[in-house]
Amino acid sequence: MALNDKTIFDKIWDAHIVHTIPSGPSILYIDRHYIHEVTSPQAFEGLKKRGVSVFRPGRTFAVADHNVPTRHRHLSLSDESGREQIEMLGENCQRHGIKLFSLDHPQNGIVHVTGPELGITLPGMTVVCGDSHTSTHGALGSIAFGIGTSEVEMVLASQALLQHKPRQMRINVEGELQEGVTAKDLMLHIISTVSTECAAGYFVEYTGPGISKLTMDSRMTVCNMSIEMGARGGLVAPDNVTFDYVKGKEYAPSGEDWDRALDRWEKLPTDAGAFFDRELSFDARKVEPMITYGTNPAMAVETGGMIPEIDRMEPALRAAHDKALRYMGFSPGEKVKGKKVDYVFLGSCTNGRIEDLRAFASLVKGRKKAEGVTVWIVPGSMQVRRQACDEGVAKILEDAGFEMRYPGCSACLAMNEDKIPRGKYAVATSNRNFEGRQGPGARTMLAGPLTAAAAAITGKITDPRELQQNQL
Amino acid sequence: MPIEKFTTLISTCVPLYAENVDTDQIIPARFLRSVSRLGFGEKLFYDWRYDRQGNHRKDFVMNDYRFKGEVLVAGKNFGCGSSREHAAWAIIDYGFRVVVSSSFADIFRNNALNNGLLTIELPERFLERLFNIIKSAPSTEVKVDLPRQLFEVLGGGLVEEFEIPPYKKKCLLKGYDDIDYLVSHSWLIEKWEKQNNKL
Ligand code: SF4
Repeated sequence: MALNDKTIFDKIWDAHIVHTIPSGPSILYIDRHYIHEVTSPQAFEGLKKRGVSVFRPGRTFAVADHNVPTRHRHLSLSDESGREQIEMLGENCQRHGIKLFSLDHPQNGIVHVTGPELGITLPGMTVVCGDSHTSTHGALGSIAFGIGTSEVEMVLASQALLQHKPRQMRINVEGELQEGVTAKDLMLHIISTVSTECAAGYFVEYTGPGISKLTMDSRMTVCNMSIEMGARGGLVAPDNVTFDYVKGKEYAPSGEDWDRALDRWEKLPTDAGAFFDRELSFDARKVEPMITYGTNPAMAVETGGMIPEIDRMEPALRAAHDKALRYMGFSPGEKVKGKKVDYVFLGSCTNGRIEDLRAFASLVKGRKKAEGVTVWIVPGSMQVRRQACDEGVAKILEDAGFEMRYPGCSACLAMNEDKIPRGKYAVATSNRNFEGRQGPGARTMLAGPLTAAAAAITGKITDPRELQQNQL
Repeated sequence: MPIEKFTTLISTCVPLYAENVDTDQIIPARFLRSVSRLGFGEKLFYDWRYDRQGNHRKDFVMNDYRFKGEVLVAGKNFGCGSSREHAAWAIIDYGFRVVVSSSFADIFRNNALNNGLLTIELPERFLERLFNIIKSAPSTEVKVDLPRQLFEVLGGGLVEEFEIPPYKKKCLLKGYDDIDYLVSHSWLIEKWEKQNNKL
């Protein structure tokens, strides 16, 4: 281990330290700050009370996404308090000169979909947002993490945060995913192996062929789900896949600026002898299509698997499992395959990008939606929606009996009207299956876009590869 | 805006015997529509506290008259899930000043400390004993001594040291918050921006 060797995390972190308080935290400079309507109003209110203005308004970007309707968007918001939050976001942005992607903006979308697709997030940056899944932006090779509202206020007031440097973990993924297995399955596999808290206090770098062979959309899915194992964030070092993705984007550098930026970015990857506090390794070839059966993302099994027998578990886990299974209406030892599904939700910042819509469409092509299943297809952004229409993805979906909606967080957290009714089963491509996450009493089963498509067509939990085989 | 100062506290405890308590349980998303920091206490643990008709669920500890106090004791990985600071606001608004667990989710811990809610991490074995003591004797008081960083179960001789970053400890003892610190250093940040081509 060479003393001067650094991880990509060290390099970006060190380059953003303004000052370190002796035996205390450091002032960390923030390049990009995203805000949305739910976690920002109290921060602006705080600024007002202090009589402080926004320090660098050009570095903050605002999106309305969490409680927006995904249908009938031309009508005004029916819910009063939701409308108040969106109006307040508009007012605050206008007052402080902050760029806003409002509900009617052609680039509106979920903050973690819009930021990368416009090139606002770039390699080597520090990125924060009052939302835990800010980790998604780490796929670009940036340090990106979620913050609370007090911290949103700090960034607005000073473009900086007080932070202790987290510990670092490397997750190396050998091999490549099999056909019919997605980045979401990889993450559910990893989380179900290591638990929901294994990475608490760590920042994760993902490496190995199982990661570098992934597209940017898939890398974003990977980094997004880092939170579900407790990590502060996850990142992937930038490479040619990253550079190709970023090039030509609206907010990305161009011309000579691009060349200079590329020079910097190419130096970012972790040095060979750099130190990690913890290292884990996985084999992508062993990953199967996964689905959750319980009320946290680690309670996941292969679609062909069985709900674990409680008496085979460590005693400490038994009570939680028992409670989860009662909530879900499942019994130990049951097969998950063939379980009836009432709702399917394709969307969220985990799986609402164009690649996910394509994957879903690839499976439903030439088939019909199962009767009795309600399906919500919610693109991650207006751009994803337009792309799906231009590419013919929308047509495939329509022919199969599905309706594509307008972008937003939607049923991922059910703040708008997209709520799963009590007791109903939903296969969701989002990231959390906590009790009530998709509405009071809703029973969420997390999966990737292919497994979601298979459920939408068959009305049951199905291994998507069975349908793929029949397609040939 | 200073936070409330914290030095020592003597109180009974409310034992929430659950692990991985996530922010969707602490405060469900449908209650996040307020644009103020106040009033979330009513909605704290809403779906555990109330049934569908809005009646108190008898089996939930916060509805059990025997358990009262300003110290919430919970199982490991408390506060996992979303970054919503509303979770910390709800706990404070309800009247808690301290949350005890064997581990906390990172963002939750930051949010709590930024609002003057002290999070105390204790070893799992200590936590288990604490749960047992409170269960059998709900009127047991604990003493939280921030200057000495001690958590003590009164009358039982059970004491444990806890850790807190020195900077955060100072903030809590004096009632400072990070925003004041950062705003007072904006000159330094500006200087750094100039040196690093950030302007
Ligand atoms: S889609 Fe879900 S996880 Fe993503 S930002 Fe919206 S609410 Fe958060």
